[in-house]
Amino acid sequence: MPSQTYAIWILLAPLLAAVLIGAVGLRGLRDKSHWLAIGGVAAALVLALMLFGQIRAVPEEARADIFTRSHKIYEWFRPGFGGLASLKWFDFEFRIDPLTGVMLVTVLSVSLMVVIYSSGYMRDHHGHPERGYERFFAFLALFIFSMCLLVLAGNFVLLYVGWELVGLCSYLLIGFYYPKPSAAAAAKKAFIVTRIGDFGFAMGIFLIFWRCGDVSFAYVFSQAGLAKLVGWETPVALLLFCGAVGKSAQLPLHTWLPDAMEGPSPVSALIHAATMVTAGVYMVARCGAIFTESPTAMATVASVGAITAFFAATIAITQFDMKRALAYSTISQLGYMFLGLGVHAADAAVFHLFTHAFFKSLLFLAAGSVMHAMGGCIDIRRFGGLAKGMKVTAFVFWVGGLALAGFPFLSGFWSKDEILHAALGVSLPLAIVGYVTALLTAFYTFRLIFIAFHGPLKLPQGVEHAHESVPAMTIPMLLLSIGAAGAGYIGLQHGGKLNELLRTVLVGRLEEHAPGMAHVMSPEAAMAMSGVLSAIGILSAWYIYRRKPMIAMAAAFAMRGPYELIKNKYYIDELYDAVIVRPLHDLGKFCYGFDRYFINALLWIITAIPRAAGFMLRSLQQGAIQGYAMGMVIGLLVIVVAVLSAT
Amino acid sequence: MDFVTSHILSILIFLPIVGAACLWVFPPRAAASIRRAAFGISLATMAVAIAATVIYYSSSQDDVRAVRVGKLGLVEQHDWIGESGMPNPPRERCHETPLLVQFYVGVDGISLPLILLTSLLTPLAIWASFHAIQDRAKEYYSLFLLLFGAMLGVFCSRDLLLFYVFFEFTLIPMYFLVGIWGGANRRKAADMFFLYTFAGSVLTFAGVLYLGWKTYATGGGSLRFDLDSLYRLAAQGHLSATEQTWLFLAFFAGFAIKVPLFPMHTWLPLAHTEAPTAGSVILAGVLLKLGTYGFLRMSVPMLPEAAVNCASWLAVLSVVGIIYGSLAAWVQTDMKKLVAYSSVAHLGFCMLGMFSLKMEGLTGSLLYMVNHGLSTGALFLCVGMIYERYHTREMSKIGGLARRMPVLTFFFVFFTLSSIGLPGLNGFIGEVLVLMGTFISHTAQRGSPAGPLGPLYAAVAGTGIVLGAVYMLFLCRKVLFGPLHEPEDHAEHEHDAGALPIDLTAREVSILVPIALACLYIGIAPKPLFELVQPALKTQVLARVEPAMKPEGSFARVAGRPLAVAESASTERSARVR
Repeated sequence: MPSQTYAIWILLAPLLAAVLIGAVGLRGLRDKSHWLAIGGVAAALVLALMLFGQIRAVPEEARADIFTRSHKIYEWFRPGFGGLASLKWFDFEFRIDPLTGVMLVTVLSVSLMVVIYSSGYMRDHHGHPERGYERFFAFLALFIFSMCLLVLAGNFVLLYVGWELVGLCSYLLIGFYYPKPSAAAAAKKAFIVTRIGDFGFAMGIFLIFWRCGDVSFAYVFSQAGLAKLVGWETPVALLLFCGAVGKSAQLPLHTWLPDAMEGPSPVSALIHAATMVTAGVYMVARCGAIFTESPTAMATVASVGAITAFFAATIAITQFDMKRALAYSTISQLGYMFLGLGVHAADAAVFHLFTHAFFKSLLFLAAGSVMHAMGGCIDIRRFGGLAKGMKVTAFVFWVGGLALAGFPFLSGFWSKDEILHAALGVSLPLAIVGYVTALLTAFYTFRLIFIAFHGPLKLPQGVEHAHESVPAMTIPMLLLSIGAAGAGYIGLQHGGKLNELLRTVLVGRLEEHAPGMAHVMSPEAAMAMSGVLSAIGILSAWYIYRRKPMIAMAAAFAMRGPYELIKNKYYIDELYDAVIVRPLHDLGKFCYGFDRYFINALLWIITAIPRAAGFMLRSLQQGAIQGYAMGMVIGLLVIVVAVLSAT
Repeated sequence: MDFVTSHILSILIFLPIVGAACLWVFPPRAAASIRRAAFGISLATMAVAIAATVIYYSSSQDDVRAVRVGKLGLVEQHDWIGESGMPNPPRERCHETPLLVQFYVGVDGISLPLILLTSLLTPLAIWASFHAIQDRAKEYYSLFLLLFGAMLGVFCSRDLLLFYVFFEFTLIPMYFLVGIWGGANRRKAADMFFLYTFAGSVLTFAGVLYLGWKTYATGGGSLRFDLDSLYRLAAQGHLSATEQTWLFLAFFAGFAIKVPLFPMHTWLPLAHTEAPTAGSVILAGVLLKLGTYGFLRMSVPMLPEAAVNCASWLAVLSVVGIIYGSLAAWVQTDMKKLVAYSSVAHLGFCMLGMFSLKMEGLTGSLLYMVNHGLSTGALFLCVGMIYERYHTREMSKIGGLARRMPVLTFFFVFFTLSSIGLPGLNGFIGEVLVLMGTFISHTAQRGSPAGPLGPLYAAVAGTGIVLGAVYMLFLCRKVLFGPLHEPEDHAEHEHDAGALPIDLTAREVSILVPIALACLYIGIAPKPLFELVQPALKTQVLARVEPAMKPEGSFARVAGRPLAVAESASTERSARVR
């Protein structure tokens, strides 16, 4: 079967599921809706694995040709017509290469787990589906379709389509509990903030179109296309990066992601941890050919990544909402990925994307399992010691936590280490920020674990027991924990199959771009350092939160100012509200007032002229003979004078 | 049958007008039969419009299909006032200047999409009035059909005076529709709508007459108004730059108010808000397009030099309109007013794309006209459906309707997304092309000369994409999401006789579904539409305006070349390409 046939069916399977659920969900399926979604996603996953096999089977020497081809499905729309050189149509076309393959497999395998999990999660304790059960699965399937479209897209416009569609699904799913005002507001915020980034992304695409006259990857990334972009790489790359910043919640557009936790937990796991938010990383990796040409852009990507990683990690330490803490952790980990991209280690970044998808979705699903058991409560101050009642959840949370903390030999360890090692080769300050963040990561992760799962049992009001979740939820979590633990072994640093495959399409490897840069540390030493840092982080979390809980409080009390600052997320939301949102809203009020009181007043004055004239002339028409006679005499005199003076 | 095919446009225009007259003179007894008759007539007109499209597609000349080269089709030309073919009168009878106004109609790829849009929206608007309009049904439906015919007439006219007659004629039915069946403030809204747009078009009329006189003065034989002669004026260099500028301003007065461009837009929120639902749909969906269509059909190709010179400040007005309209929309508390202000912003995009004077921008602009008609028309329908149930348009009085009305919510969100340019739906294609055209306008490449706009315009206008999401999602959040919130007196009305059920009825769904399908079609597979529109834009607009854009020479030098040569050359080229 040709590869585009696979691609079409990978897209159609979840789309058909979504449409069918939408069409008959409310009437026929209701609480069986998940079967359609599971079927569609499973079919897509099988196809994606077959496609991946096909990609891997491509012989080494043919790769350059096959992977840069675009697979055209149909002609979509065209920008121009005629002229000396007729313009091409913008096609509905696919790009099928190792990057696509890796992304598809990641997205679909996590998706399948999340969909299965949701069939248990979206019910109450008696197994009755929640209100909107079928809607949830329809949106989820639609999301999976959009995400696959995003990674399969063969040109920038189609990439943008997938990009916006995943944003739409995110909007719909964050707002799933729409009667809740905070959920409705969070949904809106997510859409709008990411759209600010999309604005830059769109401008970047226009710039590419302007220079190259085409938006197809096959052309833009070819020699001829890149030649036309010479001198413009920096603006193009920075504009495209704007889109990535919005979508992947990097500074300064990160504010939507923590709020997005208003959505159901499976949504947080799938969209806001494993897949959609990594779209920015995918895009930058995909456009590596442009980014690597511009040192400015690379430095920007790396610095934004590193700063965001550190910044978000500090906030994560102070959060009491388990899901929000994990959301900041996601922002931080995405920062790592951008750091990797910025230091010419795109394959390591994609590798981290791959491992992160497993362990972070696992953590979110586990958090969801806790939330489900705690009757919707997710504040870690209100429960504790859950490990006794919820063994499976505690176990998978540990696995995910260790992987996130970069504990040796779990998946996060391998990928994070690779990024940090690459950073060491490029910029020492960035690498130091990265290592400090690694320490913080281990600390905040285990802060959550020790507070929530260990110590004396504590339950929120109204919850009698800490129930373990149903098998529909625990089995996907266990499967994901295998991935979280072992996913790193496919991409070991040297001779890893994944990296080898990715390297054929990802541009820019450290050795090629900075051959003269001496490594500060050997790979083994760097690895050892990561391991030690993660162990220190875990142990200090254990010491502070299990042994001497007073330390945390004392520290918070002693450093009241900084603590409040961090706890309130550096007041960035408030800042944006005061500096951007309010002034704009006031400007809107001004505009509306301008309409009513200035433009309309002006119109009134203009229309008043004939009215005033009429009013004045009316006095002349008072109907008295004398007046008319007077007028006649004056008129006659004027005529006589005029005639006389003319002759 | 032959008669029908050769007179299809006359049938198209006069079917609703004659239908309106019949309905007025011989009204059926029952109100229900009146509206059914009106709906039937409008559907028949829609069928004729579709038939006309099919015939145009198959029409060809010398083995070249008209649609491929963007040529005029389905032409009918009859003398209306005066006679054609008369020689210039002898010198001593100069004061008896012969007037020649023709009933000259024809369609091409520019007018056909708008004709189809009109004939899709009008039957739906009539259908949407079934429940809302109970009194004076005869008058209402007759006026609506009359309006239908006049709008179709505008898009078919190939004679400027005929165009003007239809253009003005649309005012009369709309004036009554707003003034009689409108909201509380209807009288003021109707007066303002009529006087404002009329005042502008009086100036346009002066321009029309001047152009007619010019054809006579340059040897046209009589005061002619057919577009062929008028296009020739500038192409042959009979119009100086100053003349063109003044004429452009005269046309601008009429068209820009209709569009409406900032700062001539203040009639629009009032009229839209006060009009009955169906009136708002037609007002936003079609009547505003008369202005943009006027620019595209008359101002730009007829006065190319002025269009190039004025493009940048028109674009500034458009961009200001985009941002101003978006911000003003954001602070509204009345749902209908919010959608009305969004029209100001959207039409700004439309004008911006047009004055990029590039294929990308022109295509985007024309598509934007269609898209805005579909999505904003549908949004007005949705708001009307809410109004019919709750009798309020105040956002503070209602909220969380998703819980009560899931079907309405689906459609409302769907059309919101279409309106904010979500890829996969229609809005995106138009928006992206408009911005693309604006962005690349200043470069001379790919065979087209440098245009007047540039990336800066696109960047500023692009913020409109973000603002669009801001105000539309604000509307959705307020009305559809959040906790359920209904007006206090709603419970009393709910069980009234004849009250509508909580969620949409089958009739209401069937009004929205065709529009939604059209949105999907344009978003996903618009290729046939592009093949219809772009050749026409090339031959009818770009070929006429591009000579004025040549960077190396003034217009006068290029203008000596008769347009006919250019046109036939481009025709040949397209034929060869084929």
